[in-house]
Amino acid sequence: MSHAHPALSVADARLPRVSEYLSGPRPGRGGPGPEPNQSPGPGGDRVGQGEAPYGDAPALRQRLAELRGPGVQAKPLDARALAALAANPGCERRAILDGAGVDKTALASALGAPAPFGQSQFAFTRGHAFEARVKGDGGAELLRLVRERLDPSAPEPPPGGARLPDLAATGPQGRAGRTALALREAAAAAEAEGAWTLLDHPMLALEVAGTPAFLEPDAVVVHPDGTWTVVEIKSFPMLDGSADAAKVGAAARQAAVYVLALEDVAARLDPPPRVRHRILLVCPKDFSNLPTASAVDVRKQRAVTARQLGRLTRVEEIAAGLAPGACFSPELPADLLAETVESVRAEYTPECLATCELAFHCRARARAEGTVTVLGRSARAELGELAAVEAVLAAAHGEAGDAADPAVAALRRAARLREEALACR
Amino acid sequence: MSLITTLARLEAIRAGRAQPAATVRHRHLAERPLVVVPLTTAGEAGAPLGALVGCDRDAPRLLVVPQPRDRDLRSAFLAELADVVLPYVESFADDVELVEGKEADPETGRQVKVERELCADAPQLIVPSRAGVEFLRLLGRSTRFRRTADQDPETAYPAPPRVPLLGRWLTHFGERARVPGSSLLLAMTDLLSRHWATGQSSLEDQHLGALLAWIDPPVEEGLTGAEAALRAELGRDPEGQLLCPPAGPATDPAFDNRLLAPAIERYDRARSALAAAEDGVAADALLAHLSEAEREIGELVRSRTLPTWENVWRGLDLLRALPEASRVPDRWTGDRWSFTAHRDRVASGEPPQPRIDDAVTAAQKLARREREQAKLDAQEALDDPLVLAARRLTGEAFVGEVVEVAMTYTETKRPSPRPLVTVRTEDRPHLGEKAKVFRSLEGKPQTARFVAAEEEDGGAGGAGEVSAEGPLLVVLRIVDRMGRGKEPALGSVPEKGDRLCFTLFEHEPRGGPKLPDPENTPWTHGGPPSDPAPLPAADPVTEEDLL
Repeated sequence: MSHAHPALSVADARLPRVSEYLSGPRPGRGGPGPEPNQSPGPGGDRVGQGEAPYGDAPALRQRLAELRGPGVQAKPLDARALAALAANPGCERRAILDGAGVDKTALASALGAPAPFGQSQFAFTRGHAFEARVKGDGGAELLRLVRERLDPSAPEPPPGGARLPDLAATGPQGRAGRTALALREAAAAAEAEGAWTLLDHPMLALEVAGTPAFLEPDAVVVHPDGTWTVVEIKSFPMLDGSADAAKVGAAARQAAVYVLALEDVAARLDPPPRVRHRILLVCPKDFSNLPTASAVDVRKQRAVTARQLGRLTRVEEIAAGLAPGACFSPELPADLLAETVESVRAEYTPECLATCELAFHCRARARAEGTVTVLGRSARAELGELAAVEAVLAAAHGEAGDAADPAVAALRRAARLREEALACR
Repeated sequence: MSLITTLARLEAIRAGRAQPAATVRHRHLAERPLVVVPLTTAGEAGAPLGALVGCDRDAPRLLVVPQPRDRDLRSAFLAELADVVLPYVESFADDVELVEGKEADPETGRQVKVERELCADAPQLIVPSRAGVEFLRLLGRSTRFRRTADQDPETAYPAPPRVPLLGRWLTHFGERARVPGSSLLLAMTDLLSRHWATGQSSLEDQHLGALLAWIDPPVEEGLTGAEAALRAELGRDPEGQLLCPPAGPATDPAFDNRLLAPAIERYDRARSALAAAEDGVAADALLAHLSEAEREIGELVRSRTLPTWENVWRGLDLLRALPEASRVPDRWTGDRWSFTAHRDRVASGEPPQPRIDDAVTAAQKLARREREQAKLDAQEALDDPLVLAARRLTGEAFVGEVVEVAMTYTETKRPSPRPLVTVRTEDRPHLGEKAKVFRSLEGKPQTARFVAAEEEDGGAGGAGEVSAEGPLLVVLRIVDRMGRGKEPALGSVPEKGDRLCFTLFEHEPRGGPKLPDPENTPWTHGGPPSDPAPLPAADPVTEEDLL
């Protein structure tokens, strides 16, 4: 099985980064590079467990810490944030803020445009109760669902007999190392005795735009044939066998990130186990809180995410473009912060409002600047070169613009037809 | 989004308020609609928290579930909702008119005339947003299979008598809402964004408060649409609660965590205290506590739904100010048929709608929705010059003046008129060779065929290949609706100087071929359904539903 994604790394080892493969002035921009795991780059000898993931880049780590501000803890990237980041790969602002571990919620509040996100405690309680129920009894129900939906020919797990390795360790790096070890042991156990292994909340690491992200899937199951499955437990209902398409899509994108991270762990085992591209989505059945599950094919999401993550401009490059001494600490005065934030290019679209804490700030800026993307990507698509509201209107009303430009000509016809139609009211 | 809409949105940005996206109202609005503003509990499917319902703007009825996880309280809520919705729905059932139609005689197979009942009017439900439509569908799904104590004396949690019927009606409304152009169940945000273009994206238009802020900005406060919309989206009071609560059914997490959760906790405490009461005197005092806690939750629900309730009615006022489009009554008749048909199904004791449609029903539903979409697109364009403008821009219609009419005839034994009409237009229709075009003649479509087109200033234009900007002379041959005689009927042929609109799309699009009856479902689609479907089982209930 081949790796199409270029820039993956796990916390307990170091893999060469995109820039070490791709030629050209903008590494990471040209799509997936060659096989990432075949040739360790210069100095790419594998480092033992527990070592810091960017031991080779203390300067970058130092720089990112400076960007966060003195004494501010880094906020880890999660799969949801990664999926959102991959949905808008052109946004440098998001890449650097997430990459540096800046708390965007605090930043947005400091900028005077607080994010309206929050979770109701009712949803939280219910979600937790459901997950506990699914995993209860040594994971018997969960393994039954995995076997039924994904691997019906596999032997049934003996009652209460699935392996449940302890994954506790200190710190995300330690936990990631522990997970990698447990996966290795599970592979051996599967080969030796055809055992099922359930990893409850394992920790995986994925290098994104040059910085590591730690990811925590709900569960990973190792089948008796040695293959791995990502399990995603969600609290939206599966009603009569179907669930909200938008929510399933979001879950699939999130799971795709886990699949990518798992593939990276797998690639370092010999022989490398296969990571299944059909994940198990577990949801409450109808109006109850009994679990039901469905296999979701995430090949497409995996390919898209891998490509988008590969395209992310390297955090290092963006950081290099910032003024020396730039800092995103929420302690700073708002105008100074706004200036720093403005110095990184953003790619605002209305979809950001649902996924990015900073979206309301970016929207306010986009509105103030009068760009047409505030209406959405589709609006932008039909306006050709014209990107500003006033420029479009001037072109439409014949005050500016070249009539030979097809976009301008279409706008003028549209404006004329609209006036004519409104006049006959 | 068409270029004309984008332009309207950009003009809205410049003007600071929404711009018209339609010159007439394209949806039927009932004289007495039933407005429903539901709220749901986060994290759980179909767990209502409360609702404001009613036909009277000044007297909404407040329904509350003080502990949304409690099945009995939920049942009580549904029973109350049924008490509001069902009498309203049933008030339309008896006033009928008789319509003549044709039906295949089951014995001879011949078409015979029959008289059918058609309800003179139909109920109309209005919810604030699209999510509200989905929520009513969900409530319908969760209640239509419930069993009452009469139906099944064994059932552990019998449904109040009328609740399963409520579920069937809500399911019908939800299903009908998926038919384009239908008006039995409407979302206010959809209605408003159909008729106005705001200076924000369609995603942001889903927020009823922000949408209204653009359409009807509070000028007296000196705010533009954009400023008022921002306040509606994000403005919070000193306690951190949104000034304009979300139109629901989902509530704001800040409301859940800071106000609702403590209130529900107080309610739970009062209830367990009452249950543990030792004597009547103590119980009386504790009962007072309980009703106090219940009243408190009721007030919270009211405070979150009342602003939305007001907004829905404000939206109705704005929409009523628009004149109704001329083809709206025709589509409303379709809604009346739909209502009448469901009334008959309920009356004849048919089982509730199945969980999953069989192949033929599903195909029929999809085909109908496609047909209705095509019909809606055509009718809206014919009703509204602003909608037509978008079609003209894309080359699907053109408007022009008749500059010449030349009579020609078919070369048949009985010659029929085939007048050649030359139309001067500034539009750029995409006319293919012998393309059919249609114009409206006394409400019916008249067909013409495209013959030739040329630039007015000389340049010859092939079919559909004219690219310059000048006026275009389009020659059309009228082919029908001129009567049976050799000479065309009076007024059936355009005259010089007439200003006409031709469309490239059909005015009354027909659907595809007829689908087989369910008994003849082909094996490729699962074959005919086995026995008459048994009454679908109710959803299993488990103790754990109550967390």
